[in-house]
Amino acid sequence: MIGKGIPRKESLDKVTGYAKYTADYETPDMLHAGLVISPHAHAIIKQIDISGAVKMPGVRAVVKGENLPLTGEELSDRPPIAYDRVRFHGEVIAIVVADTPYLAERGAAMVKVQYELLPVVNSPSEALRQDAPLLHPNLGEYKKIQMVYPVPGTNIATLTKIRKGNMKKGWDESKVVVEEKFAFRPSDHAAMETRCSFAQIHPNGTIEITSSSQAPFLIKRLIGQYFNIPPGYIRVNTPLVGGAYGGKSSTQLEILAYLASKAVGGRLVKILNTREQDMLTSPGHIGLEAIVKIGSTNDGNLKVAELLYFWDGGAYSDKSIDLSRAGAVDCTGPYNIENIWCDSLCMYTNHPYAAPFRGFAHSEVLFAFERTMDVLAKKLNMDPLELRYKNAILPGHTNPTQVRLTSSTVGNLPKCIKKLKEIFNWEEGQLIELDDERVRAKGISCIWKNSTIDPDASSGVILSYNTDGSINLISGVIEIGTGTKTVLAQILAEKLKMDINDIHVQMEVDTLNTPEHWKTVASRGTFMAGRAVLAAAEDVIHQLKSLASFILRTRVDDLEVGYGKVYVKSDSKKYIPIKDIAYGYSFPNGNAIGGQIIGRGHYMFSGITYLDKETGAGNPGPEWAVGAQGVEVELNRRDYTYRIVRAVSVIDAGKVLNEKMAVGQVMGAMSMGLSFAGRETFRFDSKGIVLNPQLRTYRPIRFGEHPIYEVAFVETPVKDAPYGARGLGEQGLLGMPAALGNSLSAALTVNINYLPLIPELLWKVKEGG
Amino acid sequence: MAQSLVKKIGVSLEINGEQRQVEIRPADTLLYVLRNYLGLTGAKPGCLNGDCGACSVIVNEKVYKSCIMLAVEAVESKVTSIEGLSDSPIQKAFVEHFAFQCGYCTPGFIMNTHAMLLHEPHPTYETIKEWLSSNICRCTSYQEIEDAVFSVIGRDK
Amino acid sequence: MLAANIEYYKPATIQAALEQFYLLKNKRKRPIYYGGGTEVLTLGRLNLIETDAVIDLKGIRECQSFEFDQEYLITGAALPLTYIEEKNLFPLLTSSSMGIADHTARNKITIGGNICGQIFYREAVLPFLICESKAVIAGENGIQIFALNEIFNETLQLEEGQFLLQLLTEKRYIHLPFVSIKKRQQWDTGYPLLTVAAVKVEDQIRFAFSGLCPFPFRSRKMEDELNNLQLPLKERISRALLQVPSPILDDIEGSKDYRLFVLRNTLNEIILDLEGK
Repeated sequence: MIGKGIPRKESLDKVTGYAKYTADYETPDMLHAGLVISPHAHAIIKQIDISGAVKMPGVRAVVKGENLPLTGEELSDRPPIAYDRVRFHGEVIAIVVADTPYLAERGAAMVKVQYELLPVVNSPSEALRQDAPLLHPNLGEYKKIQMVYPVPGTNIATLTKIRKGNMKKGWDESKVVVEEKFAFRPSDHAAMETRCSFAQIHPNGTIEITSSSQAPFLIKRLIGQYFNIPPGYIRVNTPLVGGAYGGKSSTQLEILAYLASKAVGGRLVKILNTREQDMLTSPGHIGLEAIVKIGSTNDGNLKVAELLYFWDGGAYSDKSIDLSRAGAVDCTGPYNIENIWCDSLCMYTNHPYAAPFRGFAHSEVLFAFERTMDVLAKKLNMDPLELRYKNAILPGHTNPTQVRLTSSTVGNLPKCIKKLKEIFNWEEGQLIELDDERVRAKGISCIWKNSTIDPDASSGVILSYNTDGSINLISGVIEIGTGTKTVLAQILAEKLKMDINDIHVQMEVDTLNTPEHWKTVASRGTFMAGRAVLAAAEDVIHQLKSLASFILRTRVDDLEVGYGKVYVKSDSKKYIPIKDIAYGYSFPNGNAIGGQIIGRGHYMFSGITYLDKETGAGNPGPEWAVGAQGVEVELNRRDYTYRIVRAVSVIDAGKVLNEKMAVGQVMGAMSMGLSFAGRETFRFDSKGIVLNPQLRTYRPIRFGEHPIYEVAFVETPVKDAPYGARGLGEQGLLGMPAALGNSLSAALTVNINYLPLIPELLWKVKEGG
Repeated sequence: MAQSLVKKIGVSLEINGEQRQVEIRPADTLLYVLRNYLGLTGAKPGCLNGDCGACSVIVNEKVYKSCIMLAVEAVESKVTSIEGLSDSPIQKAFVEHFAFQCGYCTPGFIMNTHAMLLHEPHPTYETIKEWLSSNICRCTSYQEIEDAVFSVIGRDK
Repeated sequence: MLAANIEYYKPATIQAALEQFYLLKNKRKRPIYYGGGTEVLTLGRLNLIETDAVIDLKGIRECQSFEFDQEYLITGAALPLTYIEEKNLFPLLTSSSMGIADHTARNKITIGGNICGQIFYREAVLPFLICESKAVIAGENGIQIFALNEIFNETLQLEEGQFLLQLLTEKRYIHLPFVSIKKRQQWDTGYPLLTVAAVKVEDQIRFAFSGLCPFPFRSRKMEDELNNLQLPLKERISRALLQVPSPILDDIEGSKDYRLFVLRNTLNEIILDLEGK
């Protein structure tokens, strides 16, 4: 069962149109909300005139932002609805609630706002300037949680420091030093399902929210926290989610849906983002400016790394604080470096703010670091793959936060590099001239990622038997497309030695009856919920055995569960079918004992610690997943157009649980990484306005533009994970920007340190155009 | 009631082989009518701008993005949405080849592929690219979709 | 979704369409003609087109014809682009058409809609400009035929109430050597950085461009320079570049300088290709 390519459990619903996503739920009593959003990136709101909208027939309420609590996951800096000042293009100013979507939209168009424009902070480096406009003059007064270190009087929302080893020693030992600068703008997740939420308030005060979210339990917690509502009075439902990639783990639209419902006496109100709002108003993918300086000995032993990361967190810090911290934790590539200095600054700018994005700051950092590795290799006149192999991080080494690594925590990077070398035909050479214009070029990148998760994050599972011995599996993991719930069923089927078709998985999550799974992020679903499934399986096994031992008159420890039976180990002919005891057991005379067997299990990581404020030392997360990736392009040196021919990933998966889905996760992530690196970015004008908030101008990769993908795995088990599996949902993406950048830089013998890697950029860098 | 504010017209639409009487605004798109009036939510809103293909349906054997078609334009035509398709080889192939993850773009991809195969049962790779580049899938790498399509055509790329 | 209400009319004849237009106009409505409707719907939802009544031209037989008569290829304005591609009566037009939007969208986009659209690329007009086609226009004064190069100046110069009925292209142009190239910011999706249609007519190459300026155009001045065989190719192109009308686009698809770089390369490709033929 483990390892097999089982199709996802919800397959038939998804190919027949029966699969339901949040926006698919519609009832006649539902009202609809339209958002009024800011056309400016930075302005004082002089006046909001809602009179025209209020008078419109069919409009039930117009909600403005005064007197609302400040929100934000780690630092409370964001009014849910702007009322005195807007800080980014797309910020919500008012919500219009009306009978139909089109009346809501018309109502929203009737709201008139007067602005007084303010100077704009259009990049992290602008935000750092002495004379930069301050986005948050009250930064020092905002509520915050641990590990958040804002610098009041500046645009720095938090500063995370990494101090490892002795920098002077590192530079002294370095004979070759390179320094490179990098930059790219914020972009977007562009999930095909735009975010949607609907909310109502029941007569007893219970707030019920349905939302396309990766984190319904977080919504429950934050709404409770922001509005002082006891947790039992908040219920959040999440149906299937139409793509998320991190973007749906932020709580944003849900707050608006709740406020809208409150404004109409608790009636059911739905908000469905337009694509434009989904890109502008809801949080997107963080941008970065970076300076990477590394030193090595003459024979290529890395000695030191000095790193400055300036994150473009946008107007509000929400999750970008955590992103900038994750970027500090894994601030280098996966190499053994004894001396590291890193300042990772989360900067406020007048840009749309950031949500997590698949890879959680790692593809971004790796683009900078792994490009610099190629620059170093060139200066050393060394094969870039060899340089990486030589410095690959190993058990016994320490990471930037000074955790001593083991085979379980860090896997086997050298093995991944070796395998990549073979699959990618590295020996044939990095460059192959095809004719006087065209060249084939290869670029590589190593990857690693730990998941900096909350130390107390937990996951729970409930199993309940049906009368035929089949099982219902309930977990708080959201089915966002990763197939995790199918993998959980596989884990359970393996453990109970039963047919996976007899496991019925609840796809939807309702926080009222579903045990909490922290958030469906960070490739943690399989690890945490998998452990919870195993614990719950132990629980039902124990219950089945207790009951069976009584009926079969044997010792509990002589019994085994499997194949639909509880049987005596030494005499498998002596058994009782599970279906006969799943709902209790009835004796021939009618006496009955027991009841429906219900199992429960949970899991929480142990040993994760907060990071030290001055040095960053601490254990950030359970394990690293490592890998090596390659991208091959065919470039025309005359006009700078290129196509991606091939992309290869070798990833240490710990253990592959469902091969086809694992390969699919990796390939999908690679595709997203190439799309991000090759074409995706928000284009801002000088006033901070996003000029391309539509899929015709913001263009994810399409069918036929894709290369051939190859995926291979190495399996170095993680001690605590179910069957040893490592996180797998994000890794495919991590090295794609760097590998693409490295291939193009090699092809053009020039350093290309910006994204996206469009021909115009290549032309500009090469010809100074 | 809002309805009284709006001039609605009664139209008859043939959808998935059934005649459906429905009161619509002439400004309503076919997508809106399918989803909001008829409860056929298989066609998905992704951009409402003709860019992503998630709302693709078949009208008289041709595939259209139902967000850029007025419902009145489909009067006297045969409309097939994903709900009208069952047990087609392409649906099966999508399952077998793991050609979707979140599933949101899937109805659009399937309708488009189905229309392509109606039009051209043995398309070249160029034709497949021409047609399927009308839709965006954000989860898969497209290689899975390519495999699914080629399995139905019965040959390799 | 259009938030505003509209009225929808689908006349069966030219006369009925015109009557409908003036009837609505007299009722102080803002009618517009509707082909595929893709722009009405996409720009309408952003309030970039304001209308309260649309007159769908797809019911008019003349707008749907695609055939040769004695002298001309007749191309009806309400034909969907994919229909034109599948019939492939005019290979240059097929080629230019296939670069527009995407296949599914082109089932809906009509040739007249593209040529008369607000979105300024209007790439479908390029083949007609270089083949000196004629525009058949219906209006208050009946049906009139104009030389396209005279009536198309950045946009089709229609008076209120007029609509494009057909385009007429002399048969002799249909099978001439041609090139149609679309260059995008990246890979195969998106608006053009530059679209060029070129046709070789009696040793002279004619060129029309989209994506270079905020309007499509054919430039005789550029053609004169490009066809000046006395000079080396590089020089011809450099001189032609000086004749590009202004303004040259400088936007999110590409900077002005980069567009000129792409133009230079593309002209080079086209000329090498067509002069060899």
